[in-house]
Amino acid sequence: MVQLTLPKGSAPKKGKVWPKPEGKSVKAFKIYRYSPEEGGNPRWDTFFVDTTKCGPMVLDILIYIKNNIDSTLAFRRSCREGVCGSCAMSIGGQNTIACTKGWDEVAGNTITIAPLPSQPVIKDLIPDLTNFYAQHAYVQPFLKTDTPEPETEWTQSEEDREELDGLYECILCASCSTSCPSYWWNGDKYLGPAALLQAYRWLIDSRDEATGERLDDLEDPFKLYRCHTIMNCAQVCPKGLNPAKAIAKIKHMMVERVV
Amino acid sequence: MSTDLRKVRGLGAAGSGTGHYIHQRVTAIALLFLVPWFVYSIIHAGKAGYEGALTWVAQPVNAILLILTLGAALYHMRLGLQVVIEDYIHRTASKQALLILNTFVVIALAATTMLSVLKIWFSAGA
Repeated sequence: MVQLTLPKGSAPKKGKVWPKPEGKSVKAFKIYRYSPEEGGNPRWDTFFVDTTKCGPMVLDILIYIKNNIDSTLAFRRSCREGVCGSCAMSIGGQNTIACTKGWDEVAGNTITIAPLPSQPVIKDLIPDLTNFYAQHAYVQPFLKTDTPEPETEWTQSEEDREELDGLYECILCASCSTSCPSYWWNGDKYLGPAALLQAYRWLIDSRDEATGERLDDLEDPFKLYRCHTIMNCAQVCPKGLNPAKAIAKIKHMMVERVV
Repeated sequence: MSTDLRKVRGLGAAGSGTGHYIHQRVTAIALLFLVPWFVYSIIHAGKAGYEGALTWVAQPVNAILLILTLGAALYHMRLGLQVVIEDYIHRTASKQALLILNTFVVIALAATTMLSVLKIWFSAGA
């Protein structure tokens, strides 16, 4: 049966409420905390941040907390400008990347920040994405050809290149896959929106010669057809991409093969 | 211990799934026409009481369309319930048992309802 409740020892408990500074611009942040060294259940810590003292994004808030309030707070970040995909997390109940999400865009007095849903937690806001990355490897996201390599590069018309727009921009932040209930229930077998968007990116690349083999690898009730088009993926994508549309196009290719 | 890629590859792609996808959509197209006819007709047939309803079912066109509606609806239901079972039931044995039960129930329903329509049709005027 599908797991509708958190595993034993995973339900978050009430945690520490950190001191509240004076000032009108103080905002509350409820942050998921878990430390494997300390053990025990995860907890919700509440931090108060004077928003005049840091930048406008949720990532700025997290960095401020780490620098000034609690240095043990763990989260991934790198580019801080929406390119690397490291700081994906659930902010105010919606998956996105913290570096491009302004804290003032999130409704409510207290902003809840949690790791990406449904993945094992390594520490605090850091999820274990090894399964997600292996699914990316499964779709073989690289050019596959049998024709001998040309002297110069493989050429592509401008129109063919335009086919890749809305696909190549994916930064593999995992916001989409971890927002998908089908991925929550069957993430071990369903490849998820991110991997399938990449699969489609190579399926329609005019230079690739492995289209049939790629479709063979996806022809499966679970790997592809667990997508029921509820479109959470398109709703949360911080890059504004539409994985649901890419998946629908893969299904069209599958149908075209037989009918 | 096995690698992450081994886990993701699992038993490999089953090589099926598109058939199910096509059948579900084709039955949906059929039902798009059949269900409005069914709802409209059954309301009218019901107004004439039990005897009137029998007379309505006994008309060849109605009987044939009824059987087609039942066939498309029950097959569509089997396909849909299969997806629900696959989504939520993960233990292989329970999943397979429920999928078989799903097929049996649908075939039993199809046999019962379609034969009932045929009985009314064939025994009319006898």
